[in-house]
Amino acid sequence: MTTIKTPRARRARKAGRRHPLASVALIAIGLLFTGGAYAAFSTSTAIATTDASSQQTIAQGEKLFAANCATCHGLSAQGSSEGPSLIGVGAASVDFQVGTGRMPMQMQGPQAQKKPVQFTAEQTAALAAYVASLAPGPAIPAAELLDSAGDSANGAELFRINCAMCHNVAGAGGALTEGKFAPAIENVSAQHIYEAMITGPQNMPVFNDMNITPEDKRDIITYLKYVEDNPSPGGLALGSLGPVAEGLFIWIFGLGAIVALTVWITAKSN
Amino acid sequence: MAKDDNGAEHVTAADSPGAQLATSAASTAVVTRDALVNPGFPPHRPRITDLDHKEERKAERAVYTLFYVSIVGSVFAIAAYMAFPIVAEDPGSVRLNNLFIGLGLSLALLAIGIGAVHWGKALMSDHEGVDERHPVRGTEPVRARAVEIFQQANEESGFGRRTLIRNSLIGALVVFPLPAVVLFRGLGPMDQDPVALLNETMWKKGVRLTMDPSGIPIKAADVTLGSSFHVIPEGLSEMEHGRLEEKAKAAVLLIRMDPADLIESDDRKSWSYQGIVAYSKICTHVGCPVALYEQHTHHLLCPCHQSQFDVENHCKVIFGPAKRALPQLPIAVDAEGYLIAQSDFTEPVGPSFWERA
Repeated sequence: MTTIKTPRARRARKAGRRHPLASVALIAIGLLFTGGAYAAFSTSTAIATTDASSQQTIAQGEKLFAANCATCHGLSAQGSSEGPSLIGVGAASVDFQVGTGRMPMQMQGPQAQKKPVQFTAEQTAALAAYVASLAPGPAIPAAELLDSAGDSANGAELFRINCAMCHNVAGAGGALTEGKFAPAIENVSAQHIYEAMITGPQNMPVFNDMNITPEDKRDIITYLKYVEDNPSPGGLALGSLGPVAEGLFIWIFGLGAIVALTVWITAKSN
Repeated sequence: MAKDDNGAEHVTAADSPGAQLATSAASTAVVTRDALVNPGFPPHRPRITDLDHKEERKAERAVYTLFYVSIVGSVFAIAAYMAFPIVAEDPGSVRLNNLFIGLGLSLALLAIGIGAVHWGKALMSDHEGVDERHPVRGTEPVRARAVEIFQQANEESGFGRRTLIRNSLIGALVVFPLPAVVLFRGLGPMDQDPVALLNETMWKKGVRLTMDPSGIPIKAADVTLGSSFHVIPEGLSEMEHGRLEEKAKAAVLLIRMDPADLIESDDRKSWSYQGIVAYSKICTHVGCPVALYEQHTHHLLCPCHQSQFDVENHCKVIFGPAKRALPQLPIAVDAEGYLIAQSDFTEPVGPSFWERA
């Protein structure tokens, strides 16, 4: 234990060895690339341009419905033990559920989850036209309500009162009971946000136009887009999840640094 | 090394008793009092800076470089304060300002700390030493002298003899903290009974249910199936004083569900209107706002401690630490079709308190 290596010998041995953190860095880079590639592939959506009212579109929608939806929702959308009735849910509901990939459902579970979209924009529009033709219901919102050019301060107040308890004040989402959850609203299109408010998908309550007026809904969307487009003034947001993520970060990295410094201070110098 | 007044013979760091203890423990005639034998110091290991003059120079260079880096950090922080001012209405400028000042200041302080520790570890003398813990009790002469000082002080001041002075001083010290009691009492509600304040809210017969934050009254027809409205009493949004105090008690969640799903007790059948029910939003556990409403399961979740309330069944607790159901606000519809309260809540809202009836 008292043998002392000369500095030269130590340096020579070090040069021939890979840095201990090299494998960690390699794995991190590999994971980053895989995740990035997946994210790039899985975010592709389109906008509907089909004329919703024509009889031809409705007939096409009926065929698509019979082939893809009728198993659970019934041949005339009357509902069954597997799925609810779709009479009166409106075009907005179909556009939201099918346009975000939640329908057709992959499997029964606590709630239908977002997944890659199964239908093209025209097919989605045809399905929406068919369901809207069954009974009146909430329509797909007009483009001028979706321009995110409203009053973001008013939108933020309404969001804090009506939405933030479930969706998090920055729209990062949150947990509900028994496996259900309020999804994150980052990178959701303005049209889908609006449709979710007027139709109340899954366990979300309905926010009709008497509760939150169309202009107020436009303000809420403006606020959400503002949050999305502007960087967090506090720097790294850690997912905007609040005290859990922030606490975990400071416990691991803050206390970790203190422990490392303490070990270094008390260790004997070479 | 200096001696202290407790008179323990002080050991300098160099002549530590580690070696002596080791020899006494080795003797077979002596029963050791401690099962763990003091192993003494590990053999002295010279540092590389003690052996290699080049390394010593290198360490010296590292230390003074760190101190210069600290100077750079401090200057950088001052420069950053001027170069990245906080511009009103621009959150991005706050971020840059904080980031660069913080970087400069942490560099300034960290470099001093790391430099000082490195100096101590690599360059300062590294002989090992032990400071023995000395007994707490002082020596007899010191203790006798202390008693003597007290007696002398008592004699010279007349503290024990002049009882009127002594007692009036004790009295003054006892009365002295009383103003603080009065001042702290002034922070609480002065002209009202706090128990009554906690028992009552703004709701009373005929008060319309209005939307938070606009204060627009709500018609029963506006509340469609599956809707949830966040409700404040009429007049609260125009209040200038004590608005938040009142809101904290009077906030209500208004929900409409299929009347067939509602399980109502006989005495509360008249409290709802065609499947529209109103419940206090203040959790009965510790008072968080309970508003995570699930449209299909009719469950209300409190985000703070995961208490769950069943809206179908008078908001009874079905999970979590809350002990009481959420208080229900009895509602009705007035002649114009607006929702009104039938009365205040019939029990205090929110968490328990001592005098809660």
